[in-house]
Amino acid sequence: MPLSWILLLLAAIGLAAFFLSRRRAVGSVEGDARRLHSLPLYYGLHGAMMALAPALLLLAIWLVVQPMLLDRSILSGLPDDAIPEGSTPGLVMSDVRRVADGIERAFANGAFSEGDLTALTTEDVGAVITGGGTALGTPLTADVLAAARDYWLARGTLAWIMTAAVLGLALIGAAWAIRRSDGAFRARNVVERGVLVLLIAAASIAILTTVGIVLSMLFETSNFFRQYEWTEFFFNTTWQPSFSGRGGSSELGIIPLLWGTLYISLIALIVAVPIGLFAAIYLSEYAGKTFRSIAKPVIEILAGIPTIVYGLFALITVGPLLRDAFASPLGLGNSASSVMTAGLVMGIMLIPFVSSLSDDIINAVPQAMRDGSLGLGATQSETIRQVIVPAALPGIVGAVLLAASRAIGETMIVVLGAGAAARLDLNPFEAMTTVTVKIVSQLTGDTDFASPETLVAFALGLTLFVITLGLNVLALYIVRKYREQYE
Amino acid sequence: MQNDTAKITARGVQVYYGDTHAIKDVDVDIAANTVTAFIGPSGCGKSTFLRCINRMNDTIPVARVEGDIRIDGEDIYDKRVDPVQLRAKVGMVFQKPNPFPKSIYDNVAYGPRIHGLSKDKADLDGIVENALRRAALWDEAKDRLDAPGTGLSGGQQQRLCIARAVATSPEVLLMDEPCSALDPIATAQIEELIDELKQNYSVVIVTHSMQQAARVSQKTAFFHLGNLVEYGETSRIFTSPEDTRTESYISGRIG
Ligand SMILES: Nc1ncnc2c1ncn2[C@@H]1O[C@H](COP(=O)(O)OP(=O)(O)OP(=O)(O)O)[C@@H](O)[C@H]1O
Ligand SMILES: [Mg+2]
Repeated sequence: MPLSWILLLLAAIGLAAFFLSRRRAVGSVEGDARRLHSLPLYYGLHGAMMALAPALLLLAIWLVVQPMLLDRSILSGLPDDAIPEGSTPGLVMSDVRRVADGIERAFANGAFSEGDLTALTTEDVGAVITGGGTALGTPLTADVLAAARDYWLARGTLAWIMTAAVLGLALIGAAWAIRRSDGAFRARNVVERGVLVLLIAAASIAILTTVGIVLSMLFETSNFFRQYEWTEFFFNTTWQPSFSGRGGSSELGIIPLLWGTLYISLIALIVAVPIGLFAAIYLSEYAGKTFRSIAKPVIEILAGIPTIVYGLFALITVGPLLRDAFASPLGLGNSASSVMTAGLVMGIMLIPFVSSLSDDIINAVPQAMRDGSLGLGATQSETIRQVIVPAALPGIVGAVLLAASRAIGETMIVVLGAGAAARLDLNPFEAMTTVTVKIVSQLTGDTDFASPETLVAFALGLTLFVITLGLNVLALYIVRKYREQYE
Repeated sequence: MQNDTAKITARGVQVYYGDTHAIKDVDVDIAANTVTAFIGPSGCGKSTFLRCINRMNDTIPVARVEGDIRIDGEDIYDKRVDPVQLRAKVGMVFQKPNPFPKSIYDNVAYGPRIHGLSKDKADLDGIVENALRRAALWDEAKDRLDAPGTGLSGGQQQRLCIARAVATSPEVLLMDEPCSALDPIATAQIEELIDELKQNYSVVIVTHSMQQAARVSQKTAFFHLGNLVEYGETSRIFTSPEDTRTESYISGRIG
């Protein structure tokens, strides 16, 4: 039975449980809802929850676990020589799956019939499958065919067992809930707990994915460090990967990349933080209502421009401009791609982040604070400097660090504005590049996921992750320290 | 009608909040070296009128003030008058305590620092201590001057705001229900402070307590629905009010 049918049936059971539970609860008090412990709605919700939650959970687990177990058992049934030279169990298994799908399709459109199953030969199955438009990685062997047949049969049986188990569980849950629904049952409290579980589940999914991402990065990174000295990675000041196949003379030092990242981010923040903050202060403290209502959306449009467009702006306008106006006359180089270009343009991109977050935060400072300060004879700017900004500081710090995280993670503007050459240099009119750009370039094109040149991308990514994590921890610390002081 | 000792004279004052007419044609003379009490039912416009005297209504975009208010004969709504200067001269304690998110010390030192009232750190310490003492907060706060002002109790915050206003040594002090959250002892101390301030300043106090008005003030103004119904010597207002509305209010029949 297809999944959509199971879901439809589940929905029907849930709906039935909802109405039956509610009716039974109301019936148990002769229709006088005031004598119920909870509102009738809660009895209905409790019924639906009991019917659906365990069944859906079982379904989800089954769908994840079944393929893993089935693959393992089919693989262990294959003789060793069924996996040809240069292939992997994974590749063979996907052939098995494809053949099984082919058999299924052939049965569905009548090319095979029940009696043929045991007598199938590689030739006619091969013909049917290729006729059905499926390509196989290797020529079909008898072993694979047998495995595919077993796979297909087991899959069919398991699907039926799953359907029965899921629907059975739903029915049991529904029956249990309906039986419990009487006036004294505290349905409201149980539903409350159900909501809590739902919320916890959502939170855990968010956390678990983060953990999963970190773990997979860690795994690949440890692979990398098995092939490449970690001291070299962290302390070598040259980034010079040799291109694949040309041997192990790669120099993969992160320092030039990190330097580029921090240099560009720093320039971006130097541009974005004052401008954004001042714009926010002007908008929230001085600007009239009409001006504010026009200016705020206009600034926020800046935030909606895709970064690639900013990158083009950097490449075509800002880069040449800076070169002709500053770098060449001052003798600081002739490169249109430069740290300055990328930093400036990235700063422009970050202005709306800083300004619109800070604006909201400044607006949240109570009017009573302003009144208190103005009432003592302070000017507006004294009030802003001494009362409003300090009161809004935790939020402003948060906004700035958010902007910093974005700057560190930005790729497009760097590629187009600062180029892709790793360099360790103080001159802001030189081309440099960042960690993210190198992650992309190491993983694009012809990649072999076993060589250090590719695996280094994961080490770079993990380093970046640790840096942004550190930044966020720092932000939390600052904010908390400040709160303790002032709340 | 100009009173020789009048510190503040208001003539034909109207205040509108958008379409709401909150103060209707109020004339009043507030004398120097006296305590003037504003009484009246909630929402009658006492705070609004008080805020006219130091132009705090300027900060409310919808508020519009008309009429003529003079302090020492100078029209405070004149274009040449700097409201910032004015507010340094006319201090205010707000109806709701609004300590800054700073330490107790910095709260009190805020005004003196802005106006450069102290010669050095020791001088500033003296100003802060003196202000806190006068606001009857010194004993509770002397050991925690570095603690945040927002961490004080409601009544302590109220006294902190009084200390903050006193520290700037204004000529006129406007106090909007300064004792609303205070216990009888602290109230008595604040009333003592008000009595003392009267020596040098004019004090205007808004209060909902008839006893307090009778105790601390020499003049009383009764507001009702935006009108100044009756204004005169406190003793006379409380013993033989002329208007029936005043009489019913002070005897507890309206309000
Ligand atoms: N910021 C404002 N915007 C619009 N209307 C306001 C504003 N402040 C006060 N008002 C209105 O003006 C009138 C007078 O308010 P005000 O605060 O002066 O009363 P009050 O006499 O101080 O009352 P209370 O004793 O409760 O403090 C009220 O009707 C109020 O609704
Ligand atoms: Mg008031």
